[in-house]
Amino acid sequence: MRWLNTLVTVSLLFLLWKAMVPLIDWAFLDAVWRPDSKACRAAQGACWGFIAEKHRFILFGTYPYEQHWRPATATLLLIALWIFSSLRISWRWWLAIIWFLGLSMIGILMWGGAFGLPYVENERWGGLILTLLLATFGLALAFPLSILLALGRRSDMPVIRGLCVGYIELIRGVPLISLLFMASVMLPLFLPSGVSIDKLLRAQLALILFAAAYLAEVVRGGLQAIPQGQYDAAHALALPFWRRTFLVILPQALRIAVPPLVNTFIGFFKDTSLVLIIGLFDLLSTVKVSLNEPAWTGFGVEAYIFASLAYFAFCAAMSAYSRGLERR
Amino acid sequence: MRRVAYQGAALAVAVAAAWFLIANTAANLEERRIASGFGFLAREAGFEIGESAFLRYGASDSYLRALAVGLGNTLSVAAIGIVLATGLGTGIGLSRLSGNALLRFLSVGYIEFIRNVPLLVQLFFWYAVITEALPHPREALEPLPGVYFSNRGVFFPTLSSAPVLQGFNFAGGAAVSPEFAALLIGLVTYTAAFIAEIVRAGILAVDRGQSEAAFALGLSRGLTTRLVVLPQALRVIVPPMTSQYLNLTKNSSLAVAIGYPDLVSIANTTINQTGQAIEGIAIIMAVYLSISLSISAFMNWYNARVGLR
Amino acid sequence: MIEMIKVNKSFGAFRALKDVSLAVGRGEKVVVCGPSGSGKSTLIRLVNRLERHESGRVIVDGIELDDDPRRIDLVRREVGMVFQSFNLFPHLTVLENLTLAPLWVKKVPRKEAEETARHFLERVRIPEQAAKYPAQLSGGQQQRVAIARALCMRPKLMLFDEPTSALDPEMIKEVLDVMVELAREGMTMVVVTHEMGFARTVADRVAFMDGGEVIEAAPPAEFFGAPQSERAKLFLSQILGH
Repeated sequence: MRWLNTLVTVSLLFLLWKAMVPLIDWAFLDAVWRPDSKACRAAQGACWGFIAEKHRFILFGTYPYEQHWRPATATLLLIALWIFSSLRISWRWWLAIIWFLGLSMIGILMWGGAFGLPYVENERWGGLILTLLLATFGLALAFPLSILLALGRRSDMPVIRGLCVGYIELIRGVPLISLLFMASVMLPLFLPSGVSIDKLLRAQLALILFAAAYLAEVVRGGLQAIPQGQYDAAHALALPFWRRTFLVILPQALRIAVPPLVNTFIGFFKDTSLVLIIGLFDLLSTVKVSLNEPAWTGFGVEAYIFASLAYFAFCAAMSAYSRGLERR
Repeated sequence: MRRVAYQGAALAVAVAAAWFLIANTAANLEERRIASGFGFLAREAGFEIGESAFLRYGASDSYLRALAVGLGNTLSVAAIGIVLATGLGTGIGLSRLSGNALLRFLSVGYIEFIRNVPLLVQLFFWYAVITEALPHPREALEPLPGVYFSNRGVFFPTLSSAPVLQGFNFAGGAAVSPEFAALLIGLVTYTAAFIAEIVRAGILAVDRGQSEAAFALGLSRGLTTRLVVLPQALRVIVPPMTSQYLNLTKNSSLAVAIGYPDLVSIANTTINQTGQAIEGIAIIMAVYLSISLSISAFMNWYNARVGLR
Repeated sequence: MIEMIKVNKSFGAFRALKDVSLAVGRGEKVVVCGPSGSGKSTLIRLVNRLERHESGRVIVDGIELDDDPRRIDLVRREVGMVFQSFNLFPHLTVLENLTLAPLWVKKVPRKEAEETARHFLERVRIPEQAAKYPAQLSGGQQQRVAIARALCMRPKLMLFDEPTSALDPEMIKEVLDVMVELAREGMTMVVVTHEMGFARTVADRVAFMDGGEVIEAAPPAEFFGAPQSERAKLFLSQILGH
C-alpha cells in the first residue's frame, strides 16, 4: 500500500501548491501595508493597511483617544491575572485577594473618576477589554452558581433537583442568542418601573446564566467520576453535608473536571462574540463597525482574518494549556 | 423534617421570584401600552422575507406564516448542514488517524484552527468572501457547465430550467443565496472540526485487542475497520455526535447576524414591529427546546437499543 | 513448521528478545514458560506478525515473514491465535464471531461457514450458545468460543497466549480440556502458559525463557525432573511451590 500513500502525499502537495501560491501573492507580495485606502483599492492584494488605520478603534472601541493607555493597561493587567492563575503555585486562598485587588485596579482604570483620571462611562468601553471583561466576570460568577446547580441536580430532594434540572435543561436547550435577546429586551420589563439596568450588565447577566448551566454539567461529571468509596468514607466520618462537600468531594471533583472545564471556558470565550448582535462593542463588533466607513468598506475578508487570528491567539493558548494539564 | 423545610423554602423563593417578575412585567406592559397574548400572530406581517425553503410567503401573510417560514429555513439549513458536516467531519477524523503524515498534519491544522475561532467570526468571513471575492454575475465563475458562482449567489440548473444571465442577475434554475451559502459553509466547516475529534475518539476507544484478533484471523485492514472497529466505535460516537447536531441547529440562530431569514431573525423582526417581546422570545425558546428534547429522546432510545448487552 | 533464527526485538530502550532461536516441527506441541517480562508473548506474536522482528528470520510453513503484506496474509490464514483477553467481537453473536473470517477472508459460502461454525462449537462443547452475545457467556465459555473461532479457519498451527490467565480457577479446566483434545488430534501448538500440569500432559518440549532469551528447552520429563539452569530451578520452585 506504499504507493497509495505516496500518491496521496503527491496529490496533497500539488493541491497545496496550487492554493498557496495565489494565497501568498494576495496576502504578502501584492498586499498593501500602508493605511492608504486609495492604494488598497488600486492594488490586487490584501489591504492590511485597514488594520494599520483602524487598530486603535478595533482594540479600544469608542474610548476617548487620549485615554487609550487606560484600557491598554487594564487589558494587560487582566491577561497577567489570567496567566498567573494558570500556574499551579497560585492555587491558594490568597489568589482570591489578588483577583480582588487586580479587578479593583482595572475598575479604577476603566471608569476613572478618581486619582485624577477623568470618568469614562461604560457605554464607551469596547474592543478587546470588553471581550476579556465579559468572559472573566461571566466565568467567575457563573462558576459558584454552577457548583450549586450541580450539587442541586444530584440532590435527593425532589423540589431542589427539579428546579436545578429544569434550569439546566432549559438553558442548554435554547441558543445563546435567545438568552441575550431576553436579557436585552425582556429584563427591563421584569424590573419595577423606574429601575433600569445598564446594557452591559444585562448582557453580562445573560452570559453568566448561560455559562452556569453548561459548567454545571461539567462539574456534575466530575462529581460522578469520584469513586463511591469517597462518599462512603466522608459519611462514615459523620461530616455534615456542606463540610463533606467542601472538604472532600468538591476538591476531588474539580480536579478531575479541570480539562473539560478549560474546554468550556474556551467555548465561552468564543461565545462572548455574540454580544455584537445586541449592540455591544466587543472585539468582533468593533472590527465589523470599522468596515462601515465608506473608504474602507469591502475589506471584510482582511478584517475577519485579523479577528480570527486575534481570537485564535487567546483560544489556542488556552487549548495548549488544557493539553498540558491533561498530560499531568 | 429539615429536608421538607429546605424544599419548602426553595419552592417559596422560586414562587416569590416568579410572582415578582410577573407583577412587574404586567405593570410595565400596561404602562408602555404593549399588547399581550398571541393574537398578533393572525395579523398581517407587512414585511418581505428574502428566501423560503418550503412555504410560499408574501408581505400580506400573517405573522404566524412568517414565523413558519423562518422555522422552515432553520430546519432546512440545519438538516443539510448536519449531513454535510457529518461527511466532512468523518473524513477529517479518519484522516487524522491516517498513516500519511502530511494528511495527518493538515487535518490537525484544520481542527485546531477552526475550533479556536468563534463561529460568528467565521460566518462573517465566509459572507465577506462570497460578497467581496466572488465576481459580479456578469463575470461569474463557471466551474461546471450551467453552475455559476457569483456574489449574488450560487446558481445551478434543475431538471426543468437552467440559469440564464439576464441583465445584472441570473434568472431560472435554482439558486442558493449568499446568506444561505455563507451560513451553510460556516456551520459545516465549524461543526465538522468537532465531529472529526468525536470520530477519532470513538475509533481510538475500541480496544486494540479487537483489531489484533481480526488480523490474527486473516482480515485485512479495511475489513477489520469496517466489520469490527467501526460498529464498536459508533456506540461511543453517537451520543456526542447528536450533541453536535443539536449545537449546529442552535448555532444556525446566528443567521440573524448575516441576514439569513431563519426563525430567530424573523421573530426578531416581529418583535420589533409588534413590541411583543415576551411572546416572541417565548416562541423562539419553545421551538428550540422542542428540538433539543426530541434529539435527547432519540439519543436515549438509541443508547437503550444499541448498548452492549 | 516454524523456524525462528536469532530474532531480536526491542520496545524503545527495552530489549524484549535477544538473539532468540526456536524451531517447532509439524505436529509438535511446545509450551513456553517463564517469569513475566521474559519475552514469551512477544515471541509468539512474531509468528503471525502482530509484532515485527527487527533482525533475524522468522519462517512459518516455508514462508519467510517480512514487510510484504501478501506473505503476512498467507501466514495469518494458516495460523490461529487465542488471546489472554479472548478478544471476541462484542457486537456479534457467537455464531457470527465464528463465521466472520471464513466468509470475508476465505469467501466460503454462508451455509458452509455456518456448518463449520456449529461443528467447532460442538467440539468445544457449547453448541447451544450459538445465538448468544459474548457478554452473556462466562469467561471459560468465551475462551472456548475464541478457540472455536480460530479453528474455523482450519489453521495448520495454533498459538495460545496465556489462554487461561484471565479466567477464574473453576473455569480453567474446561479450556485446558479442549486444548488437550486438540493436541491429541495432532495440531501443531505453541502455548505460552503457567499451567504446568498441561505442559506435563501434552508438551513435546518445554521452552523456558527469561530476560529475552531461551534458557532451556527440553521434553517435560527432563525439564521438570532435572532442570539445568539456576533460573529455571528458581522459577519452578516458585510456580510449583504453592
